[in-house]
Amino acid sequence: MKQGIFEISANERLTECVMKMTLLGDVGAVNAPGQFINIRLDGLFLRRPISVFDLDTENGTVTIIYKIVGKGTEQMSRMHAGEKLDVLTGLGNGYDTEISGDHPVLIGGGVGVPPMYLLAKRLLAEGKSLSVVLGFNTKKEIFCEEDFKALGGKADVTVMTVDGSYGIKGFVTDAPVMKNGDYTHFYTCGPEPMLRAVWKNTVTDGQLSFEERMGCGFGACMGCSCKTITGYKRICKDGPVMRKGEILWEK
Amino acid sequence: MGEVNTEVTLCGVTLDNPVIPASGTFGYGYEFAELYDINCLGTFSFKGTTREPRFGNPTPRIAECTAGMINAVGLQNPGVEKVISEELPKLKKCFRKKVMANVSGFSVEEYAETAGMLDKEEQVGWIEINVSCPNVHGGGMSFGTCPEAAAEVTAAVKKETSKPILLKLSPNVTDIVSVAKACEDAGADGISLINTLLGMRIDLRTRRPVIANTMGGFSGSAIFPVAVRMVYQVARAVKIPVVGMGGVSSAEDVIEMMLAGATAVEIGAANLVNPYASRDIINDLPRVMKKYGIGNLTDIIGGIR
Repeated sequence: MKQGIFEISANERLTECVMKMTLLGDVGAVNAPGQFINIRLDGLFLRRPISVFDLDTENGTVTIIYKIVGKGTEQMSRMHAGEKLDVLTGLGNGYDTEISGDHPVLIGGGVGVPPMYLLAKRLLAEGKSLSVVLGFNTKKEIFCEEDFKALGGKADVTVMTVDGSYGIKGFVTDAPVMKNGDYTHFYTCGPEPMLRAVWKNTVTDGQLSFEERMGCGFGACMGCSCKTITGYKRICKDGPVMRKGEILWEK
Repeated sequence: MGEVNTEVTLCGVTLDNPVIPASGTFGYGYEFAELYDINCLGTFSFKGTTREPRFGNPTPRIAECTAGMINAVGLQNPGVEKVISEELPKLKKCFRKKVMANVSGFSVEEYAETAGMLDKEEQVGWIEINVSCPNVHGGGMSFGTCPEAAAEVTAAVKKETSKPILLKLSPNVTDIVSVAKACEDAGADGISLINTLLGMRIDLRTRRPVIANTMGGFSGSAIFPVAVRMVYQVARAVKIPVVGMGGVSSAEDVIEMMLAGATAVEIGAANLVNPYASRDIINDLPRVMKKYGIGNLTDIIGGIR
């Protein structure tokens, strides 16, 4: 983990309520896809944790994609290039790419899509071929499809929409690759009902990324604890990524 | 003005400075030692420990507030045996000073037993007895809101311990002075205050409480004036040292707390927003002392005119 001052180099709208922000600064602490950063905002007490979409170590930028849902993200959406932010980087464990096998599937739903991008880039750099399933409610909520498609032929991208207004109609678990079980490992991030469905309908081991309201984001306050088969874990520090076999579904 | 002296003495043990990260915001210390050398701290109060391991409350446990936050963690901790066998050895590797052990419980006997076990640990310098946790039922705060119960816990813990004990009090009372005096009369070596204020938020979309446990403890800079007032009231009424806390987030706040009567000052929620907050406050203390003409920090304790 590192604390640093980052300069906003871009903050653009992708859909009606999803934005993409690129931050310039010391990105040395970001070391795995699936990690998050925690942003301090003027006038708000707690930082806002947002997962990493992309990382450019050469130019020193980290890019996030966030949905405007409350005061914090609304405030972020009104910020401009050149403004500065106090950011904690390198938070969370992130995805383990070593255990993916040679053809993993990446399943992102809604604002769970962004972390799949850096993960896909890493897996491709390791010489693996991928299936990517992106799930959205409806056509006008789709973002980043082009980014994934630009990754090249070794990444096979399928877009699913719940209402069938674009791509294939259905949930992410209805995607052909999911039906055929044609993958060596799965990686997923998205709303909890989707995570449960993916957990239930996958035939291999895999890794799921969870979300929770956090106090600190770095393991000090126990605000985001959950129970797992291997004991109590802090989503922010021991997670957000958990292995399929350790998850205890509650509630 | 040349060099300043930030030393204070808390219940017979001298601290390099009065800054103490508060229980529940600093884990068992070693997590922060990855970020900076925690030996710069006066000491710190470790995560509230109970006799049995506890998971705590369901999530969400955290809510944002104006200039503060609500938490309802509910005393998650691995239990005193594991704290002694696993957490303290890890701490020893990165912290050479005495640590403040924070103890919570659900019965008088449990408080006494847990405190007694920690009292035997060499690294423990003080024991802070939390009779003010608002996030558990049938324990914690229920002992700290009644002078007789607080006195009973104090006396029972005192019997099982040899090290200084501080009673950590709740602000969720009408007359905090009577609780503090009852603890003093029962043998407390010090008082620390304030724990969090009972608070609540409601989500407008779902119309449900933001916190799964409905209510939680409100902390952060918003509560600082309440804390200063209560530290002032208690410090004037008791002869034992008072450790002030509640919304402290700058070196100026530390000095204000000390003027109100605090011998040392705990930093809580500020550590969660800025993991370097306690270190930054310590580094800034000499500058603020010089600005206000303070040579010896210990001279200003209760120095309000």
